[in-house]
Amino acid sequence: MPEKVEDKINKTITIALSGNPNAGKTTLFNAITGARQHIANYPGVTVEKKTGRTSHAGYEITVVDLPGTYSLTAYSLEEVVARNFLIDERPDLVVDIVDASNLDRNLYLALQFKELGIPLIIALNMIDMAEKRGISIDYDALSSLLGVPVVPIVARESEGINELMDRVVEVALQGRRWQPELISYGMDIDQGIDRIEGIISKAYNRYEKYSSRWLALKSIEGDPEINQLFLENGKAKQGIDAIRDQVSAHIHKTLEDAPEGIIAEHRYGYIAGIIKKTVKRRLESRIDLSDRADTILTNRVLGPIIMLAILYGIYAFTFNLSRAPIGWLEAGFSLIGDLFKFILPEGNLQSLVVSGIIDGVGGILSFVPLIMFMFLAIAILEDSGYMARIAYMLDRVLRWFGLHGNSVMALIVSGGISGGCAVPGVLATRTLRDPKERVATLLVVPFMNCGAKLPVFALLIAAFFTEGQAKMMFLFTLISWFFALFAAKLIRSTVLRGPKTPFVMELPPYRAPTLKGMAIHTWERTWQYIRKAGTVILGVSIILWAAMTFPGLNRDRAAEYDRQEEVMTSDFLSSADVSGFLSNSDDLKALDGLIASYRRSGSSDHDAVMSSREKLLSPVAKAVADIKKEGPAEKDGSDAYLSCAYEYIGYKDRLTLLGRDKNADMLMGTVAGRIGSLMEAVTRYIGFDYRTNIALFGGLAAKEVIVSTLGTAYSLGEEGLEAESTLPERLRRDPGWNPLVAFTLIIFTMLYVPCLVTLISIARESSWLWAGFSVCFNLITAFIISFIVYQTGSALGIGV
Amino acid sequence: MKQIISLRQMANDQSGIIRKIKPGGEMARRIREMGIVPGAQIMIIGRAPLKDPVAVKLKDFTLTLRNNEADYILVEIDA
Repeated sequence: MPEKVEDKINKTITIALSGNPNAGKTTLFNAITGARQHIANYPGVTVEKKTGRTSHAGYEITVVDLPGTYSLTAYSLEEVVARNFLIDERPDLVVDIVDASNLDRNLYLALQFKELGIPLIIALNMIDMAEKRGISIDYDALSSLLGVPVVPIVARESEGINELMDRVVEVALQGRRWQPELISYGMDIDQGIDRIEGIISKAYNRYEKYSSRWLALKSIEGDPEINQLFLENGKAKQGIDAIRDQVSAHIHKTLEDAPEGIIAEHRYGYIAGIIKKTVKRRLESRIDLSDRADTILTNRVLGPIIMLAILYGIYAFTFNLSRAPIGWLEAGFSLIGDLFKFILPEGNLQSLVVSGIIDGVGGILSFVPLIMFMFLAIAILEDSGYMARIAYMLDRVLRWFGLHGNSVMALIVSGGISGGCAVPGVLATRTLRDPKERVATLLVVPFMNCGAKLPVFALLIAAFFTEGQAKMMFLFTLISWFFALFAAKLIRSTVLRGPKTPFVMELPPYRAPTLKGMAIHTWERTWQYIRKAGTVILGVSIILWAAMTFPGLNRDRAAEYDRQEEVMTSDFLSSADVSGFLSNSDDLKALDGLIASYRRSGSSDHDAVMSSREKLLSPVAKAVADIKKEGPAEKDGSDAYLSCAYEYIGYKDRLTLLGRDKNADMLMGTVAGRIGSLMEAVTRYIGFDYRTNIALFGGLAAKEVIVSTLGTAYSLGEEGLEAESTLPERLRRDPGWNPLVAFTLIIFTMLYVPCLVTLISIARESSWLWAGFSVCFNLITAFIISFIVYQTGSALGIGV
Repeated sequence: MKQIISLRQMANDQSGIIRKIKPGGEMARRIREMGIVPGAQIMIIGRAPLKDPVAVKLKDFTLTLRNNEADYILVEIDA
């Protein structure tokens, strides 16, 4: 086609892509724009508006991907979004993608576009599948009977896309006005439409963007959004309402149905008439493979067993496969941390970079492999069509708790088999269509036992429930399911009360997921997660770090610790066994360096070029290194260097202890520490002291932090000293602790505030309001349950 | 002998012709939008482990719906 620039006055075209879920809309969108977008074999995954661009025959074409809908009423969010976009944004035309194997239902939507009047092109998709199934369609006849261009395509293979875009440009260039084309809905309704249209065109001539005939049809259909429009002219509205009621009463009396039912039946009847003239079917002899698969996969006995096996398989697959890469990432981040410890001088800046930023963000990014495998598994389940079967099999159980069959995946991913993660769990709720069911699922997902809670449970179980550890773990898994489900029931019967939404859902035929589709799908979601870690989490990590660092020790206390350290050093240097070897702090530094190199390599790095001081110290250093490596040596009183080595070790141990006391003291002086002390007023009713409170405060960032903070608060690092006990032992001996407190803390940890990343995910998937609600609801639930557990236990004397 | 019963009462693998969708707001609307309309052939192909929801096959597609939704659908069967 020779290009004539002057023809193209309007060089940009906007088209809206619409169609039933599962008709291949997303695939077509990708084929047209080349954009990457989530593709799933599941009804209703596309909820947000997506835009892509392409150019064809010299025209810039913007493609807006509307949500998949079955209809254009105003009863679901998707439908409202789609309809309002068309009416308000006025794209040049709609490309309605229609599944060629499922014309009756797909054309139901097409007919409603014709009623609305927007220029329309039908992209008849999957004609190859239709032919295989013995369906042959006369495209030209279909086009002329519908009065709409029909372009056969195979979106998966990018077949027919060029022809489709040719038609798009052609229709857009005609630039025709919207022409609402209503069919006949039976005499009673048609008359009603005529009368209402008369009132509307007289009383509401301001509504330029709506056609009054379409408004009249929608009014009779009982469309709440449209009937709302009439409110501004009370008198006219009375007239309209009167006509509608009259038609409705008449239809109820004569046909025992509502007007909208009759309207729908006439639409389907009209479509059936067209199909009769344009579609030929050979008798279907082949038994549908997908149906055969379902006789086993959704079998009443085998189905659940296979489902459990698949879910467990996914769980094992994601966690086992991601374990190694997570380890590498963690090692990598701790290496980066060490690097910064080396580069930056000790002090607040180093602490900020290492403990605040690298530990905070690194902790989150280390989970990327897990998240990625989890998303891959979900992508396979969705794209293959199996997810819909899971929902089908479990709907009855979950419905009782006010949830939906689709909620199960989110619950399992979050730790339904303990060790998941609530973040992918929160994202998995996207498969839920009803906003109330979706938010309810979002809110209970953090109750599950995610991988980060496990170290906390493990610590407390090791300390207080040494017998039957596995049984305790299993018990806590059951408890978390119990709370999640009953919390859902509570939420759904209070703040999110609402009718159970219809479950009518398609079971799409099983399809083999394509590698490309899954790769796009997995990467998109993983990238979202990474981006989050880089932004919001970075900020909040810094805030939490500051809360646990400042203001810290006051000057007097700090000076006191410095003084004690000095006394220890001078005591050490002046003791009889030592003074022969070391006399000042330079000697001490030299000894530290020698010991480090002996411990690293087994020998001093530079035996040949030792200074005289180093020659004197090296037997001591070697002895210290040997003792650290092999345990206490045979003590021989005559070896002065050995005595000095023991003195040195004792001195270093005392220093470490002092340092830990100082750290613990510092933590108590921070904002977090003060909050922890203040909270004691409340938490003593559930047996927690300020140290536990600080640990729980740290757990806001990530639940694992509870363990490390408890360690600091009880002035114990990861490496227990020979003279000291391990953290479990220390807790066991502490008078403030007993099995009841430990059990209560486990329950509290299970239920209290979702961790930061989860909270941010909840906010992204719903709103900050719901994220805030989640914090309050979980905190209150956790407190009430812990209170009951602790007080009952105390009263009955269990575990005290 | 022809007989009209609700979809819930149908046995597995039984098929029939849809005769009526009881009027009932959103439920009826969703059912119709998904392609369940009078005159269509419908067959029960399975029930979930707890006998609810039910999976039905229409000419070109498979749907699942809950029993309380199936109550809205009246089907003509051969008795």
